[in-house]
Amino acid sequence: MTILKRAKGFWLSILLSCIFFTIIQTMISGGLLNPFYQNTIMLIGINIILAASLHLIIGITGQFSIGHAGFLAVGAYASAIMTMKLEMPFFVSLLVGGLMAALAGLIIGIPSLRLKGDYLAIATLGFGEIVRIVLLNIDYVGGASGMQVSHLTTWPWVFASVLLTILVIRNFTSSTHGRACISIREDETAADSMGINTTYYKVVAFAIGAFLAGIAGGLYAHNFYIILPSNFGFLKSFDILIFVVLGGLGSLSGAVLAAILLTVVTTFLQDYPETRMIIYSLVLIIMMIYRPQGLLGTKEFTSFFKRKGGHKHDNEQTIA
Amino acid sequence: MELIQQLVNGLSLGSIYALIALGYTMVYGIVKLINFAHGDVFMVGAFVGFYSITILELPFLPALLISMIVCAIFGVLIERIAYKPLRNATRIAALITAIGVSLLIEYGMIYIRGAQPEAYPNDVMPTSKIDILGVSISSQSLLIFFVAIVLMIILQFVVHKTKIGKAMRAVSFDADAARLMGINVNNTISATFAIGSALAGAAGVIFGIYYIKIEPLMGIIPGLKAFVAAVLGGIGIIPGAMVGGLLLGVIEALVSAAGFSLWRDGVAFVVLILILIFRPQGLFGKNKREKV
Repeated sequence: MTILKRAKGFWLSILLSCIFFTIIQTMISGGLLNPFYQNTIMLIGINIILAASLHLIIGITGQFSIGHAGFLAVGAYASAIMTMKLEMPFFVSLLVGGLMAALAGLIIGIPSLRLKGDYLAIATLGFGEIVRIVLLNIDYVGGASGMQVSHLTTWPWVFASVLLTILVIRNFTSSTHGRACISIREDETAADSMGINTTYYKVVAFAIGAFLAGIAGGLYAHNFYIILPSNFGFLKSFDILIFVVLGGLGSLSGAVLAAILLTVVTTFLQDYPETRMIIYSLVLIIMMIYRPQGLLGTKEFTSFFKRKGGHKHDNEQTIA
Repeated sequence: MELIQQLVNGLSLGSIYALIALGYTMVYGIVKLINFAHGDVFMVGAFVGFYSITILELPFLPALLISMIVCAIFGVLIERIAYKPLRNATRIAALITAIGVSLLIEYGMIYIRGAQPEAYPNDVMPTSKIDILGVSISSQSLLIFFVAIVLMIILQFVVHKTKIGKAMRAVSFDADAARLMGINVNNTISATFAIGSALAGAAGVIFGIYYIKIEPLMGIIPGLKAFVAAVLGGIGIIPGAMVGGLLLGVIEALVSAAGFSLWRDGVAFVVLILILIFRPQGLFGKNKREKV
């Protein structure tokens, strides 16, 4: 009975999100949304993927990584090379972008995930900077002047990626592997002594997070006509980090909500970048002093509609 | 001779890193916090020095002192407002706050005075070249090195010979035990921030004199590299930060000399990742066993 009920909620949210997709699609093809709003919606989608992928690393596994823009950059450049230089179809390029980012995640993750807390944060930050500097020095991808990319990102691609990302992360979280990751977040030593291979799960979570960030990178590259190494600096990592921190460390729907909210805020403050950064940083400081667990803590959005905080349900409603 | 020239450049750059790294390492040693805002204190120091020289028309030494004092006060303010409420919070919360403070200072500065860079006047210091055994060394390089060494000697004196230094060492060893012995832990932490920030301010002024150009986001990269230097020497260990800073400066200069000047910024991070993997306690650190 409970399984049926859970499945019902799942299919209901899939249905709701499909309806949402159709509405937006008709609005785009009917010309109701001007390019500015369309672009904002794409950006929201990309940011949701980024927030959700970092949520898996920080919120679920508890590994504080601040080099997420590095994976975004790897994905963006890998997929741009696929479409622009090798003339592959968009789907293949997204997949390659994700795989390359996952590979980067493995390369950086296997040695550095032995580190903890602050040291891991700094190592990932260093990794992000290295990626940027390497891209800056490779002439094949244009160096500092960037790389021209044709516009291929459309609403169906973004929507499908967001849906898949959220499904993957949601299912991963409630699987055995996800529970192992949560136990690492709560207490690594205890998890280790319970027989959980902590290094394995940390690397797996890192690689999945990197894969999804790489896909987001592919979408990002094909949305903006041009990609520059300077787009993927420390500030970009920070932008992604604030989604997760604001939404609540450990809450997928919180991260998604924060991504939507902050992308909208950013769009409105586009002409005042300093004001935006000042607001962001103040939010971060005040949040950490008064509500360090973030807006939703480890709760999910759907748990507010239930009497008991039972199963973690799907978060599709939050997109709409 | 080219090589020795590069080594001298590396040492003067390295002494700037070392001065900033000292602040990182002292703060980390005492509150176990990576003070991301430290690079921005360095930036503020450079600007205070710039305005003292151009608007107040002060010579080098008073400008250096003013900058150090302003930065010390600034550092204490940051600690009291942002970090003190988080003394018992999780490490991640403190780290996120530090990132927030860093961005607030950077963009607050841009908000106040705009993002345009400034150029230090080039008549602050005589720019003669001194020839030693066929190697021509600019007097500025020597000055930077000299100022850094003097400040480090003063720091060693403060930490090892004065009462506040003794308190700092006690708090970094065991804050609770120090409190029981009657040491005012809060004041000691503030003093640590003040000393570290003053050193960063001094580094800012000599950076401005050496590299001329200063701008509100200038603190990010030197700040991160100084952190690398602190980790390289063993974080929390004062001589480690000095050696780490100088070593990093020399490594960067050698990489530039080998013709990879565009890769220079990346080298520091490669060094960081290598040191974290092979010797996470740093060159001078002792390996600590984790206990459950």
